[in-house]
Amino acid sequence: MPHFPARVVITGMGVICSLGANVADTWSSLVQGKPGIAPIQLLDASKLRFQNAAEVRGFVPEQHFTPDKLDLLDRFAQFAVVAGRQAIADSGLNITPELAGKIAIVTGSCIGGQATSDAGFVGLYQKNINRVHPLTIPKTMANAGASHISMEFGITGPAYTISTACSSSNHAMGQAFWMVRSGQVQAAITGGSETPFSFGLLKAWEAMRVVSSDTCRPFSKDRKGLILGEGAAMLVIESMESAIARGAKIYGEIVGFGMSSDAGHITSPTFAGPAAAMRAALSDAQLVPEQIGYINAHGTGTAGNDQTETRAIREVFGSHAARLAVSSTKSMHGHALGAAGGLEAVATVMTLREGIIPPTANFTTPDPECDLDIVPNQSRPAAVEFALSNSFAFGGLNAVLAFRKSPLF
Amino acid sequence: MPDEITEKVLDLIASTKRLPREQVSVNSSFEELGLDSLDAINLIYEVETEFDVSVSNELANSITSVPVLVEKLKELLAESSSSPQGAPE
Repeated sequence: MPHFPARVVITGMGVICSLGANVADTWSSLVQGKPGIAPIQLLDASKLRFQNAAEVRGFVPEQHFTPDKLDLLDRFAQFAVVAGRQAIADSGLNITPELAGKIAIVTGSCIGGQATSDAGFVGLYQKNINRVHPLTIPKTMANAGASHISMEFGITGPAYTISTACSSSNHAMGQAFWMVRSGQVQAAITGGSETPFSFGLLKAWEAMRVVSSDTCRPFSKDRKGLILGEGAAMLVIESMESAIARGAKIYGEIVGFGMSSDAGHITSPTFAGPAAAMRAALSDAQLVPEQIGYINAHGTGTAGNDQTETRAIREVFGSHAARLAVSSTKSMHGHALGAAGGLEAVATVMTLREGIIPPTANFTTPDPECDLDIVPNQSRPAAVEFALSNSFAFGGLNAVLAFRKSPLF
Repeated sequence: MPDEITEKVLDLIASTKRLPREQVSVNSSFEELGLDSLDAINLIYEVETEFDVSVSNELANSITSVPVLVEKLKELLAESSSSPQGAPE
């Protein structure tokens, strides 16, 4: 008989992002400190204040989907399905009719298929065409990725999508983790997907004045802001008993999840909210701060985030903060918004598994307000048993996951 | 008496932040007026729209008071009027 609360392990991972179209290529770029940031190609960026982004290059949708299926899929949902397929294949999970109802799908997406809406409304507003394509709604809805994974694999358990801006994926994975831990489901497909590349959305980001005009330099004194990214990452998680029983490989373990709300300002972060979320994750994992060896930071590269995140880490970890490695992989895969936590979960799990901490790339100048060991520019070998992955969203919504190195390796 | 550009900026601050016009002085800092970073971005957006100028991120970051906003706006207007591509008006 299964025992609950169950230990929850990761048995499959799938990724598509600017660094690669699978886990191996993405990890290789992360270890090399090689950013996927380059001039925008998906649309004409000449009328934008920023010209660089972390786009998925060389993605040919027709290689992944039949034409009739493609009609139904915005790019963000295509990424979700591609990452979901990889993760499920990687896990070796056999989705039998009996198991199908015991698997959850919980995804994160901040903006869903807004690029589809944006393109569709050009005709309405600009060309005076008084109709909109009937697939605009099903392609735009933020749960499209979860729904298409469910349909493709016949997964009939609980499926839903969480939209909490830049914390979407972490909230999604945290919910999925708790569902498996408590025995509500036996396994879950969880992560996030996003693509912000429509002209209207990019102009809206430009107006926020938080996007860097060159690159993303988290924790660096001369940082100018975030770099937008896109992609998807999905994990297959299941109880350790289930994984061992079917002889699955185990990448790592999710041991805790913590959330908080700043109750402050809609866009300016506090340090107290993120600190509370990190403490909640540690408490949920029954860990003390001194057990954490690595934090995959939210680390957006904005003036506000990096300074307050540093203060929050110092608040939670005290003197141990000096012995912690903290890096922002957004310096390489960009800020994929609702997919960010998913990409960073893969980076964190691989860090524990491989014993290599990916760097904060593009670093130039220390900032006294960000005085952490941010692993500048070069990856570092380090045997770490426990790590946190931080996500803090506009709206003051914070979600932190705690991971453990696979207990079986 | 403040000039016309300054008057317009003071009007914009009052309407954007919903402040009584007499509370907005030519020497106020944004902090004194209760403008946070998002309010400042909103205000600069209104100024860009009203005067048809473009404020770079670097310049926007340096604007934290009414006198600096007015000074930088006048510089931008002078640049655009001396440039052949400048917005006519």
